[in-house]
Amino acid sequence: MEKKQTRILVPAGALGISYSPEALEWGLAQKPDLIAIDGGSTDSGPFYLGTGTSKYSRSATKNDWSRLIKVQTRAQVPLLIGTAGTCGANDAVDWMVDITKEICREQGLHLRIAILRSQQDPELIAKAWCTGKLTALPGAPALTEDVILSCQNIVALAGVEQIQAALATNADIIIAGRATDTAVIAALPIAQGCHQGAAWHGAKIAECGALATNNPNTGVILMDFDEEGFTITPMDPNTQATPYTVSAHMLYENSDPHILPEPGGYLDVSQARYKPVNDRSVRVTGSQWKKTDPYTVKLEGARLQGYQTVTLVLVRHSRYVENIDLWTQKLSLQFKNKIQDTELSDVALDMRVVGKNATLGSLETRESLAPELGVLAIFTAKTQKQARDAARLLNPDLLHLPLTPDEPMPTFAFPFSPPEMDKGPIYEFCLHHVLALRDPMEIFSIDVQDI
Amino acid sequence: MTILGDLVRDIRSKNAGPFWLTIDIFCHDQLNYDHVKSMLDLIQIAHHLGCHVGTIQRFDLDDLHVIKLSLPRPAIQGTRLDRDMHGASFAFLLSELPLKNMNDSKS
Repeated sequence: MEKKQTRILVPAGALGISYSPEALEWGLAQKPDLIAIDGGSTDSGPFYLGTGTSKYSRSATKNDWSRLIKVQTRAQVPLLIGTAGTCGANDAVDWMVDITKEICREQGLHLRIAILRSQQDPELIAKAWCTGKLTALPGAPALTEDVILSCQNIVALAGVEQIQAALATNADIIIAGRATDTAVIAALPIAQGCHQGAAWHGAKIAECGALATNNPNTGVILMDFDEEGFTITPMDPNTQATPYTVSAHMLYENSDPHILPEPGGYLDVSQARYKPVNDRSVRVTGSQWKKTDPYTVKLEGARLQGYQTVTLVLVRHSRYVENIDLWTQKLSLQFKNKIQDTELSDVALDMRVVGKNATLGSLETRESLAPELGVLAIFTAKTQKQARDAARLLNPDLLHLPLTPDEPMPTFAFPFSPPEMDKGPIYEFCLHHVLALRDPMEIFSIDVQDI
Repeated sequence: MTILGDLVRDIRSKNAGPFWLTIDIFCHDQLNYDHVKSMLDLIQIAHHLGCHVGTIQRFDLDDLHVIKLSLPRPAIQGTRLDRDMHGASFAFLLSELPLKNMNDSKS
């Protein structure tokens, strides 16, 4: 019987991250069965899911995607992107589809596109919550029906079953909404009968491109899956994967270095063995896939928290630098008194002292020796107008508030006119839950278009 | 006074999703790893990171000479009180963890 083998080319850790074009050519010459790339993550924060937008510019994305489509038409193997448009919500998927159609039109290409949608209706998720079908994961925030209903976007993370269904359409290009980073790589080897533990483990190692090698910027790696394990080979000839770089990659972005929960089960790498094949490639066996029942998918949701306006003021006056905490306390008090009993009474003011402890706050242990400090005053309100009005209300104090009543009026440095900047909406992630499904496709859909 | 960062090869921290933070301490070799393992006190670390000791998960990875600490994010990523979107600065905070100098008792 023919041995089961799957070869996947991963051009980079995500669409938008640089890779070596020469290494991509090397990869193509190895005749992969699929070109797979990740298109997003929650890592840049809740804004993108909240707004259904991509963090990268359209022109840069079009440029990178266009190069991969050219590679796809030459190789005549499917090109797959997961979590399209950073967040994988419908608007971001449509944005990616629109870019794809534009590229095809401009280059006279006729391709079949499969679109996997992961977006969820808050009403249905709220119903699932009320009927006990949602389970909170460790660290999940408190959830209510109202919180779910107020989400701007909710997505479910697709696993291999949903990606396999999209691959089964025989499309040239598969644009998937939110999916786990690993599922876009693990789906094909599992569909072709390769070792399940190896497929998931290899996918985890490959999902960041060449990050599991000694030269991450080269991007391109080739993954060979079979019935017993997987082999990773960086496509840049001067880049090496070693047992250390590969095994250490399980630490990355994982709270547990041995276990990776995925839709329908979890990956356990505690028994994995890493062996060098040559000076560049590493062979991994012994990874295990543990199926769980019922089948669950993780949900992500983002909702509007309010709007922000920020003012930056620079403090160079040495006595004020030395007494900055007292000064910001006085500002807070001043603000509280000014907004009391006004329509701005529920505006929140947070101050971060740049140069002292803006990054770590009260956890900072080092003393600042900076000659000047920046005070970032952040106003958070229900509307943008309220946030801006609050910033304007405190403007004279940010410019002139004295430490003591009997000293000459000080003046601090505003770097801009006007000093306040509207930062726009602020969102929060509010779901960290799994949803039990009877059928993996129950809440996902696939749309095929010939263009 | 010795700080943790002086002792080890590297410390990095990153989000593990929007709700968790993970910190990896990379040691130089077996000797260094055994030494660092014996020096780390979770109660002291919890105090230094401003969290409850019961919320920290510790993994000692013998093959990699790595000690991994995972904890719920002090503020959920991107919320009003979050100061560091990718959680990378916690590595610097932990690298400044003061350690009892082994030589102090001898001198």
